[in-house]
Amino acid sequence: MIKVDGLTKRYARMVAVDHISFEIGKGQIVGFLGPNGAGKTTTMRILTCYMPATEGTAEVAGFDVLEQPLEVKKRIGYLPENPPLYPEMEVGEYLEFVGRLKGISSNEIAHRVNEVSERCNVADVSKKLIHKLSKGYKQRVGLAQAIIHNPDVLILDEPTSGLDPKQIMETRDLIKSLAGDHTIILSTHIMQEVEATCEKVMIIAKGKLVASDTVSNLTRQRQGSEAISVVVEARNEDVLDNVAVLRKLEQVSGVSRVVTREPKEGKLTFEVESLSGRNVRGDLARAVVESGWNLTELKAISANLEDIFLQLTNAGSEATKQ
Amino acid sequence: MSNILIICKKELKSYFSSPIAYLLLAMFAVIFGFFFWNILGYFVVMGMRQQMTGQAMPMNINEMIIRPLLANISVIGLFLLPLITMRLFAEEKRAGTIELLMTSPVTDLEILLGKWLSAVIMYTALLLVSGLNFVFLFAYGQPDWRPLAVGILGLILQGAGILAIGTFISTLTRNQIIAGAATFGVSLLLWVMEWVSGYETATWAKVLAYLSIVNHFESFSKGVLDTKDVIYYLSVIFFGLFLTARSLDSLRWRA
Repeated sequence: MIKVDGLTKRYARMVAVDHISFEIGKGQIVGFLGPNGAGKTTTMRILTCYMPATEGTAEVAGFDVLEQPLEVKKRIGYLPENPPLYPEMEVGEYLEFVGRLKGISSNEIAHRVNEVSERCNVADVSKKLIHKLSKGYKQRVGLAQAIIHNPDVLILDEPTSGLDPKQIMETRDLIKSLAGDHTIILSTHIMQEVEATCEKVMIIAKGKLVASDTVSNLTRQRQGSEAISVVVEARNEDVLDNVAVLRKLEQVSGVSRVVTREPKEGKLTFEVESLSGRNVRGDLARAVVESGWNLTELKAISANLEDIFLQLTNAGSEATKQ
Repeated sequence: MSNILIICKKELKSYFSSPIAYLLLAMFAVIFGFFFWNILGYFVVMGMRQQMTGQAMPMNINEMIIRPLLANISVIGLFLLPLITMRLFAEEKRAGTIELLMTSPVTDLEILLGKWLSAVIMYTALLLVSGLNFVFLFAYGQPDWRPLAVGILGLILQGAGILAIGTFISTLTRNQIIAGAATFGVSLLLWVMEWVSGYETATWAKVLAYLSIVNHFESFSKGVLDTKDVIYYLSVIFFGLFLTARSLDSLRWRA
């Protein structure tokens, strides 16, 4: 649905987007993740034909953004970071204007306005002036505006910024409900957002695409190994020997490293890292129990997206420094 | 075409849903009413004096009332036109709604024509207010309507030219006040440029005088439809809109 090849945007003193290439299939929800100023908004603006790229090509639904901008614009719904609202207009009036602008015929417009108002929960304020709406409502009107012409591709720039937690939940649910019919790109600098809504994530740092994979793949990988937290307790009243347990765990085959964590309420906690591709959980459990200790907890610590994000974006910035 | 109308309609709505349209209409009605009252008062006094002294001078409503009034309107327009165009693009840039327009399936030309057209309609609405006063002239006298029609056409053409320049200036900034002030400055300069021809006869002075916007209204106010002046105003309109289109284009590259 979206094909981007070697996209670059250069300003006089800086490179905002640096040779980014990716492809997005139909119906996917993709998250652009990156710190502020990483080039997410610039990439989105190029895709929506708001600004041209300095180099490289971008195609949306088979149309080049530079060659056939009108065809691309017909197929894209765009919600910029600040929803583009006219404060002096009523909500219904505004949606009608945007719908007509996007090419909906006058026969269909009333129907479409009703439909998106229902879908985005703004039907109850359709007679209200936009400048009187709360931030959450404004954001939803912005979203309604983006989907009014039923576009193939939906581009949302930080759709949940500035909302309260309940509104964030609602907005995420709304976005998820839109997937399937629409291909969605959303940008954010919040890790949980990507984990909660997206199937695929692209991490952008300093204008470069540093990672692009499914969320589950990215969180699973972390250099291929697995980290396991093991909590051991003494049976009866014995005092447990920290070093003895450590030795025992290290002897299990497939374990590469064991780290002692702060003991809590007489329980000893260890973090075990396995060699890549080895499943050592069963062996660890057996080793502990056979030594006559109680095993109270054994769980995999999956690296969360946050760690990966920091790892990758730092690596990116070091690379640019050199 | 329909896109132009959609944008034009939205702009008109926003003129009339904010106080600006009503303020302009009221200001124009008061100022024009004052001019009308003055000129009519002078005309009436002249008429009475003639009756008393018995001298018979030609008393022509077209020549003595309508013509100076039309010239006055074109001066009032100089002050009011910047107020009409200043928000057109500056406000969209400030509020970020320009992103909506430029990512919608409409061309830049359609956007700027729609906006400029709405400004021309707004200005024409102001001129209609002056109709209230002209009605009295037709009720109590027999002026010829044709010179008046030509004069109003001239006002609309002249206004449309300044509005095109104002539209262009509005694309240059995100601050309405700057757009309005700059438009006022430019149209004032266009107005007084012909003064150089008062003492200078060199070619450059002739060119400046020709470019001056007020010279070309002369024939319209007399009721003469001169192709030369129509073409001048059409060129100003075209030039202003052309600059607007270039400016919108460069906005994309600089964005």
